[in-house]
Amino acid sequence: MKKLMMALTVAASFAVAGPVLAAEKLKVGFIYIGPPGDFGWTYQHDQGRKELEKELGDKVETTFLENVPEGADAERSIERLARAGNKLIFTTSFGYMDATIKVAQKFPDVKFEHATGYKTAENVSVYNSRFYEGRYVQGVIAAKMSKTGVAGYIGSFPIPEVVQGINSFILGAQTVNPNFKIKVIWANSWFDPAKEADAAKALIDQGVDIITQHTDSTAAMQVAAERKIKAFGQASDMIKFGPETQMTSIVDNWGPYYIERAKAVLDGTWKSHNVFEGMKEGLVVMAPYTNMPDDVKKLAEETQAKITSGELKPFTGPIKKQDGSEWLKAGETADDKTILSMNFYVAGVDDKLPK
Amino acid sequence: MMRIEIVKRPQHSALFSALSPFIALFLTLIAGAILFSILGKNPISALDSYFVEPLTEVWSIHELLVKAAPLILIAVGLSVCFLSNNWNIGAEGQFIAGGIAGSILPVVFPDFQGWYVLPIMLLLGMAGGMAYATIPAYLKVRFNTNEILTSLMLVYVAQLFLDWLVRGPWRNPQGYNFPETVQFSDSAVLPAIWPDSGRAHWGFALAIIAAVLVWFMLSRTLNGFEIKVLGRSSRAGRFAGFSAGRLTFFAFLVSGALAGLAGIAEVSGAVGQLRTSISPGYGFTAIIVAFLGRLNPLGIIAAGLVLALSYLGGEAAQISLGISEKSARIFQGIILFFVLASDSLIYYRIRIVSRLSDTALKGA
Repeated sequence: MKKLMMALTVAASFAVAGPVLAAEKLKVGFIYIGPPGDFGWTYQHDQGRKELEKELGDKVETTFLENVPEGADAERSIERLARAGNKLIFTTSFGYMDATIKVAQKFPDVKFEHATGYKTAENVSVYNSRFYEGRYVQGVIAAKMSKTGVAGYIGSFPIPEVVQGINSFILGAQTVNPNFKIKVIWANSWFDPAKEADAAKALIDQGVDIITQHTDSTAAMQVAAERKIKAFGQASDMIKFGPETQMTSIVDNWGPYYIERAKAVLDGTWKSHNVFEGMKEGLVVMAPYTNMPDDVKKLAEETQAKITSGELKPFTGPIKKQDGSEWLKAGETADDKTILSMNFYVAGVDDKLPK
Repeated sequence: MMRIEIVKRPQHSALFSALSPFIALFLTLIAGAILFSILGKNPISALDSYFVEPLTEVWSIHELLVKAAPLILIAVGLSVCFLSNNWNIGAEGQFIAGGIAGSILPVVFPDFQGWYVLPIMLLLGMAGGMAYATIPAYLKVRFNTNEILTSLMLVYVAQLFLDWLVRGPWRNPQGYNFPETVQFSDSAVLPAIWPDSGRAHWGFALAIIAAVLVWFMLSRTLNGFEIKVLGRSSRAGRFAGFSAGRLTFFAFLVSGALAGLAGIAEVSGAVGQLRTSISPGYGFTAIIVAFLGRLNPLGIIAAGLVLALSYLGGEAAQISLGISEKSARIFQGIILFFVLASDSLIYYRIRIVSRLSDTALKGA
């Protein structure tokens, strides 16, 4: 016992000294809201991290912290990454916004990149994705494929990013079927497979025959597969979880962005910015169109091409709000600020937005 | 053939009272070494990043205090409840109620500023937690309902109410419709104790003061005696002229007030605004802390620090060793298991019974 304690003490005092690192390696840190094994949101960020490692090889070294709660803990986790020598830190959930800003003030020589927020600083960039462009294509497909004319939508939290998706989906669907409806269930979580599965079951029992989701797990896809209806994946290609179910999926393709920003830090050209990118820039990628007839596939591809070229913008008038009032006049397009703070439904959504 | 029996000691063992933390430490080190070896990590550097690394840096000690403050505050209040045989499982809800009540001033009246704002917020926080704890206390005394169920279910009510408030009426109008209130003004933020070196706020000082006060009450006053007597035997307490109903209210009010204080201290000191979720489950973790500290407020200070250390250590190990968050949590579970298991040696002894004495017993 005494010997063991002595051995432990000696060993511990050596371990504290720590290894010496090569000086020129750029350390890049990531904060994840869920586990990389969610096969959704965090999985895709982790894929981006791996692409970054593959592309830049021994010029970078990456670390991540998973399942970090939003709130007081986030600040500590981000600070820990900064203190561990990371010079570029990606915080990959909206709720890390204020914590990122606070830590950034303490570490002016570290560059921070916050996903999906709106606050920037000298050393804090914001990057966001126009996921809603993919939702529009999904809406078009859903209206073509649905027999009941009703799709089910599993939401996480009623924040603008999610509301954009719901509105864009129904606008896409209405180009095919003006009477198309969607029902919404809020899971009040980004990652809760049990709740997501329950929501999917409840929606199917209410007569929807297409499921789409804005939550991070594959549970809804699996329920849809069991009940033999069609569904859309979310954040990653979920075809493995529904080979005869998934029609397509919005794949968040973060890799190129992470590589670009890490390169910028290495070259010394990194500047704070606020980007909102979509299909055109390659941030939103559609998984292969499967489990649908060729004509629907063709229409989906055409819609995608139009959005990519900029010919089609999902939020273009005439659009009425849910309460019947006019939002956009014919030909008028919503600006980014309105899109980023969207907190109302357009006509056709069969749900009351939680206030 | 032999059998292992657990036999209650006639009196609790002073020897094992002192020894049990060391037995637990020893067993944890061994189990930890096995766990980390299986994961392919060097067990010594793993244990180092768990227990030593978080204590070697000043900022990390600050973070330790930030994490421990709410746990200690809540657990101290819970000790009063548990000692008096009132099973308040809803401290999480009282924490949230305190956070909401305390945030009324900075959110609804942001222009109201001055030195008096913070004391009023803290008092409102305590009042909020207290009021919320009154509900299960009243239901128990008046209708004899099970307080475990009522206090637990009220947690969900508080969580959903907070969610509704922050999404709706209290949402920051300049916040792009994200579910957050405005940032609190400087006069509504609980200041850091040593602002130059880290963010540990006065919530920790409040936790220590509360622990000492409750310790004094429990060990030196008639009130404390009443709590222990009624807790162990309500019949004996009634003969002594103590009222169980009055005590139920008292215990819930104290623990509600402290949980509420922890809530507003966390919101004002560590977060700086109200959000849809303000606690990663402090109210539930504090139940473990209370028992880890053997329901003694001074022991709870140590227990709160140990549990906070295991969180920080788990995070440090994720970075320095690259273990997953799940493995970090498993190790935390191992620590708690051994500590609580070793504590049972204080009240029970282990007897190994051979078949021979077994048959002898049956014969008799």
